[in-house]
Amino acid sequence: MKILYFAWLRTEIGLAEESASPPASIKTAGALIDWLAALSPGHAAAFEKRDSIRVAIDQEFAELDSCLSGASEVAFFPPVTGG
Amino acid sequence: MAVRVQSEAFDVGVESARMTKGRRDVGAVASFVGIAREDNPDEGAEPVIAMTLEHYPGMTERQLEAIEAEARARWPLLDCLIIHRYGRFEPGDPIVLVLTLSSHRQVAFDACQFLMDWLKTKAPFWKQEETASGARWVASRKSDDAAAEKWSKPS
Repeated sequence: MKILYFAWLRTEIGLAEESASPPASIKTAGALIDWLAALSPGHAAAFEKRDSIRVAIDQEFAELDSCLSGASEVAFFPPVTGG
Repeated sequence: MAVRVQSEAFDVGVESARMTKGRRDVGAVASFVGIAREDNPDEGAEPVIAMTLEHYPGMTERQLEAIEAEARARWPLLDCLIIHRYGRFEPGDPIVLVLTLSSHRQVAFDACQFLMDWLKTKAPFWKQEETASGARWVASRKSDDAAAEKWSKPS
């Protein structure tokens, strides 16, 4: 599974993307956050601001309780600020 | 109907002329150009020296195409164009262009405003501002959420 980070999540974690193989017990985007947060202190610090994190699964906006089933790309980012 | 995500500048006159060329059915063209500005909306904050727009390649195009399709479903548009730039900009630089073409002005105005209101909250772009004391990521605004929400259809 490809994990992408944007904006302050990218700068705090220090990665734009990484490849991850979470165990089968990780079924939702929120559970994936908890699992990723354990990877490094940078991950833990970034994912602490959970209320400010939005998620996209396979390039579609999703919710933290959305199911990951079969997802190949999951992105985490703050609320959008374009335009 | 087109969506472009690019770092290069755009020319609203050129785009508008290209879209209306040879047509006899267009009665109205509405355009919106969003420009990087210096003043910071936060009270007492320092002026913005530059801003960098980051986006999610692939998802950005998909989202802009979905927003455009929604506008076409809601209004009888003859054509429309969305250009959103990414990269580093200084105050005065144009960032986003929306052009809508229709037979009558109200459709062009409404669809143009709708496209911008939805784009602000649904297109995956993020702004980082540079001031004299450093760079900071811009926080989303409740007023933008409210602007997008007013186009929600009654369910």
